[in-house]
Amino acid sequence: MAGEIARADHLEVEYGGHVVWSDANFRIQRGELVAVIGPNGAGKTTLFRLLLGLIRPSRGDLRVFEEAPRRGNRKIGYVPQSHAVDRDTNVEAVQLVRLGFSGNRWVPNITPRGIRAERSATDEALRSVGATELAKKSLGAMSGGELQRIFLAEALAGSPELLLLDEPLASLDLRRAKELVDLVDGLVRTRNVATLLVAHDINPLIHCLDKVIYIANGQVATGLPSEVLTTESLSALYGVRVEVLHDSRGNMVIVGGEDSHPDSEP
Amino acid sequence: MTDITWVWWGWNIVYDLRVMLQYEFVRNAFEAGTVIAILAGVVSYLVVLRRSSFAAHALGHVGFSGAAGAVLFGVAPIYGLLLFTTTSGSGIALLGQKASHRDVEIGTVLAFMLGLGLLFLSFYNGFATEAYSILFGSIVGISNSQVVFTVETSLAVLAVLAVVYRQLLFASLDEEVAEAKGMHTLVLGVIFMLALAVAISIAVTIIGVLLIFALTVTPAAIAIRLSRRPLVAVLISVLVALFATWAGIFIAFYEVEPTSFFIVTIVFVLYVIVRILPFLPRTKSRRAVEGHGQGA
Repeated sequence: MAGEIARADHLEVEYGGHVVWSDANFRIQRGELVAVIGPNGAGKTTLFRLLLGLIRPSRGDLRVFEEAPRRGNRKIGYVPQSHAVDRDTNVEAVQLVRLGFSGNRWVPNITPRGIRAERSATDEALRSVGATELAKKSLGAMSGGELQRIFLAEALAGSPELLLLDEPLASLDLRRAKELVDLVDGLVRTRNVATLLVAHDINPLIHCLDKVIYIANGQVATGLPSEVLTTESLSALYGVRVEVLHDSRGNMVIVGGEDSHPDSEP
Repeated sequence: MTDITWVWWGWNIVYDLRVMLQYEFVRNAFEAGTVIAILAGVVSYLVVLRRSSFAAHALGHVGFSGAAGAVLFGVAPIYGLLLFTTTSGSGIALLGQKASHRDVEIGTVLAFMLGLGLLFLSFYNGFATEAYSILFGSIVGISNSQVVFTVETSLAVLAVLAVVYRQLLFASLDEEVAEAKGMHTLVLGVIFMLALAVAISIAVTIIGVLLIFALTVTPAAIAIRLSRRPLVAVLISVLVALFATWAGIFIAFYEVEPTSFFIVTIVFVLYVIVRILPFLPRTKSRRAVEGHGQGA
């Protein structure tokens, strides 16, 4: 299928000799925004590592752009959860975005044409995340929300068709989280780029999701949010009674999943 | 000290330099010092960016026992230095980026290595002067063949760094993304550590094991506060290392104190200045540093 970005059939993955999760089945189409939800340590990042070709599945079949995942696929843009950047990283943001465009080259392309291509890709990436003014700002002096936008621009500079965002909302307050979700949603719609977003909390995302991949208890449930995030479906996933409650604005609270489940935390 | 022919420096630096450069050991010192400063300046930017300053410190100590061992076996200290620093450097790199933050483990191995170096020296008769020059450096004793070796090694390492620089920069700033993009971050880490090991080994000649920080870490620690652009910062770092080395050799020629003391002092003063700058009243000329001091 032309629009198919990734496909998993009976996928299973092991880590350190034990099965992290098994029998995952999902399809990701072009231009879809997919949330990957689940408790800590359930194997959400593991799914990303599979898609990036950094680890191999122990069973089942995984296709990315209709071929086996391979490391260094330029069609994938990746924003990991942890970064080396800290207060002492006094490097202007545009440098990182530039590396996102051509950092894998041994020697930069310094022909006038190469410089122009890099500049336009970098400028465009920064503009699309609303960070044009941040280009010269030091990474070390940035707020969590600003940094996330720069990492997003770094990933977008390579013109990916699949974006993998690992916990981009983790360090953001509610308002900044909502801004970032709106930004990602806009990128998905305008660039038609399929996006997988790992999150703790479904609520900031619920209004714009096309699909949910819920990983818990060694199992993976996939489908529309209205299908997956129900009392019945999550109870089956966890193997214990789980209650999905809704408030008047459509926010949901998942009660009783697991102690470590962040949705049940304040 | 009044009976020997005592040269004194005046206000005419060109004349002073001309006097100095008549001596072969001074020419050797300047030549070796220049390439060492360039290499150390480049490497130090990566050290600061990768937060590997403890590894730099560690390799210096490991180098001490290597040098002491070489002295014991009648080999030039530089070969012992190179052998020990490159071996342990690649060892640290192969353990992964996170290993360079294992201060306790590295520190424990370090103390042992220093002890081993001490043991080697105790077997050797002339140990006091040898130990002194390895620990604190002695650039004035550098021979012609050492200069050639230093220049050739430095140029080779600089050539390798020029090729991997961009990937190394990426892997240092955003290792996980670089890995996902298909870069061999482990190999890049080993290349970086090998470059650091060589830079340290040859820098020991002028600055010594104990003062190695002044050339392999501090120049970039100064530069990174002055520029947000990696290439400009590398350039500043090299200039700082060069200035400190040249000025150190120059002053030490006319004063009794050792060269490495002057180099360390110059680097330290520059570092203190860039740390104080952000707290001074804002001026236009300070725009480059602006913004950083708030976070630091």
